[in-house]
Amino acid sequence: MDPQLARVEEHEHEHIVPRSLYYAVFAALMVLTAVTVGAAFVDLGVLNVGVALGIAVVKAALVVLFFMHVKYSSRLVQLVVLASIFWLLILFLITLSDYVTRGWMAAPQLVR
Amino acid sequence: MPDGALAHPAGHPPAHAAAHPRLQHHFDTLGQQKDAASLGMWVFIAQEIMFFGGMFTAYMVFRMWYPAGFAAASNELDIVLGGINTAVLIGSSLTVAMAVHASQEGRQRQIVWYLVATLVLGVVFLVIKYFEYTAKLFPHHLHAGGEGVLFPAVGWFDVGATPLAAVAPEVRIFMVIYFALTGMHALHMVVGIGILLVILWMARRGAFTPKWYTPVEIFGLYWHFVDIIWIFLFPLLYLVNRHH
Repeated sequence: MDPQLARVEEHEHEHIVPRSLYYAVFAALMVLTAVTVGAAFVDLGVLNVGVALGIAVVKAALVVLFFMHVKYSSRLVQLVVLASIFWLLILFLITLSDYVTRGWMAAPQLVR
Repeated sequence: MPDGALAHPAGHPPAHAAAHPRLQHHFDTLGQQKDAASLGMWVFIAQEIMFFGGMFTAYMVFRMWYPAGFAAASNELDIVLGGINTAVLIGSSLTVAMAVHASQEGRQRQIVWYLVATLVLGVVFLVIKYFEYTAKLFPHHLHAGGEGVLFPAVGWFDVGATPLAAVAPEVRIFMVIYFALTGMHALHMVVGIGILLVILWMARRGAFTPKWYTPVEIFGLYWHFVDIIWIFLFPLLYLVNRHH
């Protein structure tokens, strides 16, 4: 067999994650869900939004890395994941830079 | 095999003496074929992230403008049903991950059972969502032609005689964003359940082996993505300003 193809074949022996890891990730996700509900009932001022989003980001990262196997995926897939997050941040940051920094764009008066 | 000869003009033989029936001629190996499928799905998910990203951006801008309306409207949502649905979806992500794991290890019956569990949890999510929607769309305290109705023509989400009346227009904006985001999410669930039924049918016929289970893996990616959207929707929609 062509040596390059042999390397490809070898690469096929993919990483099989032990079942215990999936159970641990599931438990962590459930605990974090309880924490985010609990935190919402505590007055943290402006930090409430930050805590809620922070926990959601950690939960999403757990799902992406372990349930979606990105931790064990090819560099190319990891690059696509990072690029999609980067593109999302462009959408958020450039839109908000407009709305947040322009004093004349106050909240429109709504028809009562 | 003429197919093999065509697929490998460079002269090297096909990876498998007798090619796997699921190996398409334009790929050298099943691993390469699966990598291509995963990459394609991830590019699709990147597009989905931007699709939901637009609605999340609208959420941010309007929440910045109308914090009081968002706080009042969010408190109207049923935190118990929202919380149960979060747990149900996380549970369904686990069962999908276990279905993929069972495929990797060739445990045929377990693939089927984990997919059935995923199907049941997905349906439970949609049933709960249905009850939430009907409670919001057709509240029992509906006043005919009352003021402060979300869509006056159909009497959606009446806020007429409630404390919400003071911020009724802002509440309406929140509810429109709520229905748009959760509606598109629920539509993704419906599509996912349709795909799941096909995968389940294939699994029952024993189509998946440790060498080839790409559809289970790719469906899993889609299902987990839909779960992630809900992981953000739950705190952003249900948990605004709960500390009162």
